Amino acid sequence: MTTRYDLAVIGAGPAGLAAATLAAKRGVSTVLLDEQPAPGGQIYRAITQTPVRNPSVLGSDYWHGADLVGPFRDSGADYLPGSTVWSVSRGLEIGLSREGAARLLPAKHIILATGALERPFAIPGWTLPGVMGAGAAQILLKTSGLVASGNVVLAGTGPLLWLLAWQYLRAGARIDTILDTTPRENWRQAMPHMTEFLRSGYIGKGLKLLLEVRRKVKVIGNVSALRAEGDGRVQSVVHRQGDGAEARLPADTLLLHHGVVPNINLANAIGCAQNWDEGQRCWVPTVDDWGATTVEGVSIAGDGAGIAGALAAEHRGRLAALDALHRLGRIDRAERDRDAAPHREALDRAQRGRVFLDTLYKPARDFRVPQDDTIVCRCEEVTAGQVREAVKLGCSGPNQTKSFLRCGMGPCQGRLCGPTVTEVIADARGVSPAEVGYYRLRPPVKPITLAELASLPKSEDEINAVLHH
Amino acid sequence: MFQRLPNASGERVSFTIDGRPAEALSGDSVAAALFANGVQTCRSTPVSGAPRAPYCMMGVCFDCLVIIDDVGNQQGCQVRVRPGMRVETQNGKREIAR
Amino acid sequence: MPEPATSQPDVIVIGGGLHGCSAALHLSLRGAKVLVVEKDYIGRHASGVNAGGVRQLGRHVAEVPLSVASMALWHRIAELVDDDCGFESHGQIKVAETEAELDQGRARVAQLNALGFTHEEVADRAELRRLVPAIADHCVGAVVSRRDGAAIPYRTTFAFKRKAESLGARFAEGAAVTRVARSGTRWRVETADGGRFEAPVLVNCAGAWAGRIAAQLGEPVPLEVIAPMLMITARMPPFLKPVVGATGRTLSFKQFPNGTVLIGGGLLGRAVPDENRTELDYAKMSVNARTVWDLFPNMRGATIVRAWAGIEGRMPDDIPVIGPSGTEAGVFHAFGFSAHGFQLGPIVGRILADLITDQTTDLPIDAFRIQRFRQTAVAA
Repeated sequence: MTTRYDLAVIGAGPAGLAAATLAAKRGVSTVLLDEQPAPGGQIYRAITQTPVRNPSVLGSDYWHGADLVGPFRDSGADYLPGSTVWSVSRGLEIGLSREGAARLLPAKHIILATGALERPFAIPGWTLPGVMGAGAAQILLKTSGLVASGNVVLAGTGPLLWLLAWQYLRAGARIDTILDTTPRENWRQAMPHMTEFLRSGYIGKGLKLLLEVRRKVKVIGNVSALRAEGDGRVQSVVHRQGDGAEARLPADTLLLHHGVVPNINLANAIGCAQNWDEGQRCWVPTVDDWGATTVEGVSIAGDGAGIAGALAAEHRGRLAALDALHRLGRIDRAERDRDAAPHREALDRAQRGRVFLDTLYKPARDFRVPQDDTIVCRCEEVTAGQVREAVKLGCSGPNQTKSFLRCGMGPCQGRLCGPTVTEVIADARGVSPAEVGYYRLRPPVKPITLAELASLPKSEDEINAVLHH
Repeated sequence: MFQRLPNASGERVSFTIDGRPAEALSGDSVAAALFANGVQTCRSTPVSGAPRAPYCMMGVCFDCLVIIDDVGNQQGCQVRVRPGMRVETQNGKREIAR
Repeated sequence: MPEPATSQPDVIVIGGGLHGCSAALHLSLRGAKVLVVEKDYIGRHASGVNAGGVRQLGRHVAEVPLSVASMALWHRIAELVDDDCGFESHGQIKVAETEAELDQGRARVAQLNALGFTHEEVADRAELRRLVPAIADHCVGAVVSRRDGAAIPYRTTFAFKRKAESLGARFAEGAAVTRVARSGTRWRVETADGGRFEAPVLVNCAGAWAGRIAAQLGEPVPLEVIAPMLMITARMPPFLKPVVGATGRTLSFKQFPNGTVLIGGGLLGRAVPDENRTELDYAKMSVNARTVWDLFPNMRGATIVRAWAGIEGRMPDDIPVIGPSGTEAGVFHAFGFSAHGFQLGPIVGRILADLITDQTTDLPIDAFRIQRFRQTAVAA
């Protein structure tokens, strides 16, 4: 095996699998690096090894992941699971750790397929044990066949919340209550996009799923405030419907979700330009139609370049791979464009109805811009009120509040506070999040040990020894 | 609190949590294995000492930090449980140097 | 755009780093109307992201009198800026790994003593272990400066800014200077965002970008733009109070009160000043990590959570430019601190205020004259 690959793909979700498969099949030396021990990313997590054997529990959309893994295995691409990528340099050298050793791996082109993460949902008490992301609960289900027990409350908005509820019911797990935070006015704003949504493939499936969940679980709608309470762990969820009075539900587990946002840390640390997406209310790397970023040799495919979902991610992966082939001199522009045509068409189909979903499930302001007493930075335990105080003193953006308060300086590197801090500062200053900006993220984007750094090998032999032992 | 689906398949793995014997399935991450064994809190924070548990399960939140085979600050959700593994919950910064 | 009143200041300071903010503070204390023009935001570059060392130890002899005077200000920093700046004084220590290195330290202390300075002293093996219990066995001794310490850089720079502001100084952030030109007896400063400012006195505290300002004033300097790298660990149990350096290798090493450990010392990444960007050099960082591995065995299990580099200006002789312009009346410089300007910040602002309001200062600054580069200057 070579150590200077033509193409390195980072992330083995749908975008990464599809990109690596296409490139390798067309003769490009390709490596797929992934932090997980098995392919699938988060959406198809544990697709090759889930202990949940009854296919109707996770649903046919999940099992579609297997259609990506087979061709990838046959593609000839090298696959390095368990690889944590902590840096990519402008010279396209990838810093990675694998089995306790760190290495620098050069490539000629890099496709980031780092996917999405759940939008931080900062409510009072969200740091209590027993409170976790709905996506996290779904990962426990996929990887381990584990479901929450006792009093289980789901709260928030967005397709994943309902999908998890549906999967839980299929699995025979119990959900006490769903607290739906979808603002009523979102329906009115989403209506103009309904026609397009009706033409998408989602409508039938989505409605069926929603109705099934609503038939079996108590759903409290128009929830405008949420708080988790408990001594040492969550014991109850306090909520309010519209302008109504507070009510309390017993809870052993509270699963929160209000959408997903691109996982931009690696792209940001590389220095790829990013822009604020007003519709999805998040930062997205600035890319062209092929996923190419502002940094030469680095492209992004899938939800990491803006949320469009798993099916779109596949097609975006293939488009990025075709552009990589072109940039590597393997195909000319005409061939790239010709071969891309079916994928573009498929991408358009997969993205149909997206605006409707984005509009309908846009989280309410009060959940994006929390009250003063709410912790926004879980690592350094900084509250929204402290951020507002720093703004009053003259800190005008997230980098200043970071330096001043350590907000965003913990090991998660702002992944769990960045979007909230941007919105809190923008709200306090009365300006757009675009003007406020975002953290300058620093490598290593995942921690490495001093031992790994101290023993970074330099020669090709040393690199080979680590990658292929 | 989490429980295993009755028909979940997989190979059993024996390991320890804070010295006590525990059992998991072979595909479990350490964080999942803690949940499966009824452990609800995996660490206390070095800032305030508040208890924390795994939050994201996908390697981004760093709330599942535990000590694995004497090495501290490991992301429990990113490491698969192995036979004989010694997992310890991590309390504050006093424990992190190990 | 600032309000009209501030566009007629007495002094325009270019650069909102620590030196610019300190100049603004000391000038404001004397009643001058000051406008600071900053291309990004206050403390954005070297001033906000440096290692925070407050060090007299090991300085160039020309800097020692300034450093000693600045140290006196640091020990009363809250009186100056109403904030303790996170300053803690647990000393700085330069470790000797061999007897030969310790001999170098002895010679240095003797040299300073001969000049009348007593802040550095030799520590033997036992004293080194008392001060730094975690140090590796092979280290034989050290040079110690006990009143040295460390502060929090961004907080410090921000505190100087806020205090200056409370005394009437104004700050135009996001205002990159595109042109400076004489306009009669005044200096006219134009910024990329459309700002037009005039004042009789101009101060160049533009750090890594100061060479461009100097060139516009007809006195180009051989300023090199550098990017010293730093990295920081996750929180560790408390094990170290002083700041530790090494004699034979590049290292600056300290633990913050919150438990995180900062590793630096001046190994350089690559600076891209036009893009406000730096690139790290992992091969060099690996060397830095190896040094820590060797000197602090307790660090071998530490995790690095973040690494970065600030953008800083370095002069060929590694000491700054401080003083009046050699070509233009009413212009003063303070830049090129060569990656060790943080400790000098409080006093340099005072020196600039002395020069501007009294035309003289009681501290020796001859060594820092900009004219020393007349022979060697290159266009910046």
